[in-house]
Amino acid sequence: MQELRKEKMSTLLEIKNLHAEVEGKQILKGLNLTVRAGEVHAIMGPNGAGKSTLAAVLSGKEGYTVTAGTALFDGADLFALEADERAKEGLFLAFQYPVEIPGVSNINFLRTAINEIRAYRKQEPVSAKDFMALVKEKSKLVELKDNLASRSVNEGFSGGEKKRNEIFQMAMLEPKLAILDETDSGLDIDALRIVASGVNKLKNAGNAIVVITHYQRLLDYIIPDFVHVLADGRIVKTGDKSLALELEEKGYDWINTAQKV
Amino acid sequence: MGYTEEELANDLNNKEYEFGFTSNIESEKFPVGLSEEVVRKISAKKNEPDWLLEYRLNAFKIWQQMTEPKWAHVTYPKPKFQEISYYAAPKKKYESWDDVDPEMKATMDKLGISMEEQKKLTGVAVDFVMDSVSVATSFKEKLGELNIIFCSFSEAVQHHPELVKKYLGSVVPSTDNFYAALNSAVFSDGSFCYIPKGVRCPMELSTYFRINESGTGQFERTLVVADEGSYVSYLEGCTAPQRDENQLHAAVVELIALDNAEIKYSTVQNWFPGDKEGKGGVFNFVTKRGMCNTNSKISWTQVETGSAVTWKYPSCILKGDNSVGEFYSVAVTNNYQQADTGTKMIHLGKNTKSTVISKGISAGKSQNSYRGLVQISNRAENARNFTQCDSLLMSDECGAHTFPYIECNNKSARLEHEATTSKIGEDQIFYCQQRGISEEKAISLIVNGYCKEVLNKLPMEFAVEAQKLLAISLENSVG
Repeated sequence: MQELRKEKMSTLLEIKNLHAEVEGKQILKGLNLTVRAGEVHAIMGPNGAGKSTLAAVLSGKEGYTVTAGTALFDGADLFALEADERAKEGLFLAFQYPVEIPGVSNINFLRTAINEIRAYRKQEPVSAKDFMALVKEKSKLVELKDNLASRSVNEGFSGGEKKRNEIFQMAMLEPKLAILDETDSGLDIDALRIVASGVNKLKNAGNAIVVITHYQRLLDYIIPDFVHVLADGRIVKTGDKSLALELEEKGYDWINTAQKV
Repeated sequence: MGYTEEELANDLNNKEYEFGFTSNIESEKFPVGLSEEVVRKISAKKNEPDWLLEYRLNAFKIWQQMTEPKWAHVTYPKPKFQEISYYAAPKKKYESWDDVDPEMKATMDKLGISMEEQKKLTGVAVDFVMDSVSVATSFKEKLGELNIIFCSFSEAVQHHPELVKKYLGSVVPSTDNFYAALNSAVFSDGSFCYIPKGVRCPMELSTYFRINESGTGQFERTLVVADEGSYVSYLEGCTAPQRDENQLHAAVVELIALDNAEIKYSTVQNWFPGDKEGKGGVFNFVTKRGMCNTNSKISWTQVETGSAVTWKYPSCILKGDNSVGEFYSVAVTNNYQQADTGTKMIHLGKNTKSTVISKGISAGKSQNSYRGLVQISNRAENARNFTQCDSLLMSDECGAHTFPYIECNNKSARLEHEATTSKIGEDQIFYCQQRGISEEKAISLIVNGYCKEVLNKLPMEFAVEAQKLLAISLENSVG
């Protein structure tokens, strides 16, 4: 695999020997992962393998403790940064369960976020005109209706609308690394296609995407360069997209069995 | 309109009570204590007519026979009424703006309401009350062209005694409650506003109160009369310097909306709430009430972030048929603050309608109570009320309480009551952080969203101030 990588591609995320626990329970047990610009990685695995824990640990959610290991994000020590600083550095998490914030419009929410990020980068706040133009442009990517942008964040959104809104936010914030945590869960086939097509349009040589998923079907639309199997807190197998198909066919027990041998 | 993130950031850097400064202005002050003689002296000092002295003396007698109310969900040391000075006035009198003491101007600058700025930029007429005596009133001439009267209460007594006599105490009689009686006896100054028939007041009328003398109780009296078919929007904002001892504030506000008139009364209250250990802070025991005549409307909007103890129920008496009463409130308590606030909607006329939206936010070790009465009289056919009462908890040690009272004596009434209690979500904060928003700003955003229905009712300049106040009040408050 390593040979396929072009030299000039920069490493965005380098996780070494990551151990993490939640409420005293060890979930991640020595996870290694390297993600370079321009790549799409899929992380698959059975329930309880630690997929969502990985997303939570990387994004800095409270209650998750890193007990060993390192993570460099674009050269910076990720675990030394607060959750909002990680976002400001360009790490984005598309939530499995997007949160509702009553009374705060999507637009106000995003403008606050963008201006906070811009201030962090010592840039001027975005003008209202430029911002609205951006909203218009990006909402088309995920076929988000105009009124969803002005409604309260995720409040009263259907499951599909919430997931589309996550990708809309990703489009607005233009992260270096986006982690999609089970973005496909709860989506019908049409919504899945819209979301996937949005993600594909956002993919470029300078950013990277990590797709966490249970099922292969999302990977029909977002084609991964690498597929990793996460089991019992570690990546136990890495392959190309055909691995996902193999998993689909044989189930995770196949991995577990292989592990034990 | 510019509520910018930078402004908020600056405010957040200022961790201590922003307006906790004292200005050194020479002032004349009565010795401490309260007696009939003091009441007479206050009246004499202000050169009041006999009927007003009688009014005060009568109220003083009533007050002497009353005891402090105990039903509110607050605890505090009983004010020592004989250790308060009941009159303080800046010594110097001012003929024009140019004569105003530079230090007082500086004080106003710190408050962000300098007259110059006000005059030039905002079009808001400000009646600035510092320690009971108005020192400057702007835009008077412009308002004069429309025969709108907007002046200090003392001036109104001198120049418009017939109006004052007719309406003073007509909504809040001296017998109403302990603190209203005290206020009626010793009120020092306040504001008076009269909008003539059919006149729509072209600007927001604004009064800034400020307690500035150590150990001086403040007893403001406000009277707003909107004559038939008129409209006025009135803003009241309060700030106070930092003090160690408790300061008593017992104001009375009376609103009268005659037939087809409308009054909007907005308050942003930011008195010193006491320090983090609960030391100091203002006691705020206020009686606010409006009288609605036929087809009239009174709307109270308040954002309460200050004071150590608050006891306040802006109310509407819906006397006239088809009259409308509204109450929109955000009350924030942090550290050891206590607030018992709400409204009374008294439906007397037919087809009367009232709306109550109350948003309580408790943080630290504070106690925040909503207390509201909706009363439908037997004559009030087709009365309607909608009450929504939400509480947001920011910590594990604070309290939120709701005491709704409903008295319905007419079967045609339709009453709705909704109430929710929620804790600020760590998930919400993390979601904001994951999008690049810092924790403090996330809390501010979430709380402002929660209060949106109320903040939307405020005039723009107040809404901006209110948002900042919410952020300042809730710093480091998630626990």
